[in-house]
Amino acid sequence: MIAVINDRCDFCGACVAVCPVDSIDLFEARIAILKHCIDCMLCVWICPVETLAPESNEQEVECVVSTTA
Amino acid sequence: MRRLYDCVVVGGGPGGAWAAKHVAESGATVLLLEKDREVGIPVRCAEAVGAAGLKAVVEPRSRWISNSIKGVVLVSPDGQEVVVESAEEQGYMLDRKIFDYELVQMAAAKGVEVLTKAYVHNVVKPDGQVQGVRFTHLGDSHEISAKIVIGADGVESRVGRWGGLRTNIKMRDMESCLQMTLTNINVDPNYIHFYFGKRVAPGGYLWVFPKNSNTANVGLGVSGEFSQHKAARRFLQEFVQKKFPSAAVMYTVAGGVPCAVTLKKIVADGLMLVGDAAHQVNPMSGGGITTAMLAGKIAGRVAGEAICSGDLSEIKLSEYPKEWHKLQGKTHERFHKIKQAVYKLTDEDLNKTAASILKMAPEQRTIGGVFRAALLKHPSLLLDLVKVFVN
Repeated sequence: MIAVINDRCDFCGACVAVCPVDSIDLFEARIAILKHCIDCMLCVWICPVETLAPESNEQEVECVVSTTA
Repeated sequence: MRRLYDCVVVGGGPGGAWAAKHVAESGATVLLLEKDREVGIPVRCAEAVGAAGLKAVVEPRSRWISNSIKGVVLVSPDGQEVVVESAEEQGYMLDRKIFDYELVQMAAAKGVEVLTKAYVHNVVKPDGQVQGVRFTHLGDSHEISAKIVIGADGVESRVGRWGGLRTNIKMRDMESCLQMTLTNINVDPNYIHFYFGKRVAPGGYLWVFPKNSNTANVGLGVSGEFSQHKAARRFLQEFVQKKFPSAAVMYTVAGGVPCAVTLKKIVADGLMLVGDAAHQVNPMSGGGITTAMLAGKIAGRVAGEAICSGDLSEIKLSEYPKEWHKLQGKTHERFHKIKQAVYKLTDEDLNKTAASILKMAPEQRTIGGVFRAALLKHPSLLLDLVKVFVN
């Protein structure tokens, strides 16, 4: 699962654009990784400001998981 | 607000505004939905635009322009500066806050209704054909029917995905970008600078675009092929600390720029995509303001005709991608191939090329001349470029 540091996020949408399974929701000021995420890491790699990280690599993170698509 | 519009446009950037304006000019009812609280803010752009490209889509107004650009400086990895000046390559630094705002005003003057803080969360698609949108506005949910939905919702376009269009992009064609607006620096306001090299911005470039002699947009794009090893913000922090140690950072903005060819399919029954959503950015420069406006103009006109005729089919709407391809899309395919060839060059190649160009007389240093010199120096690039023009 991907962890999100929402305070870092600039809401640019790059992660949404590269997600192959459309599993990122970008609300006005919040990112949510949806349940059907396949952990491909593309969003982690494209993020210009390192908002996203593999959950295990990041200790102090706020993990936002939404159950609705 | 009505329950039914002829056309709903999602996204109030230049592409959406121009599409809305041109649909409304046909007499159709149009609703423009913008997710942010104000059109034009936040600015997610380096704000430079070519003069010719801008004039082709709108008569520039002086209050949109913060600075005029007289030339381009290309900086090689080892710091050689190649100055390119040419009358027809002049450009402007736009003030996007004012520019975007006034484009939407111009659309409103044609009768377009505008709603900000309107967050679209799905399309209405009862029998597989897009027939409207669902959105929330100030805590209320709304469903609006529309004969045609135009998705001008940016690089993260979800309107396209919901409508069944494939909007995926390859990582190497996505530029991971970060920009800071710096002040308390010294820059020549007449020139925009581009820095190249694997250590500055692999698979992309770094830009310094001056708004005046002490303020500039300084940013970079790193190809998604490389950004996994080092994020854009780390590249930018290093450059700014080294080059502009006294700078105050007035504004920081991130972005993803799709430097690809136009999506294969940008229309479906009752649905059209415009701008970044359709990957209509110039893949070499990453510039997408005027290309989105050109696309918006074509899409808007075709949508207007479709609404008048009652034929909302993909076949009818396909007049838009056909004309886009003829006017710009084909050029982007060529630029995309050149981009791929150029990014194969090593830093050493770029340094040698810069050295050979600097031996040319300044008046020969047009963008075309620079490319010719690069080709002579690099036969392998020449082969790639031959493929560009043969394919």
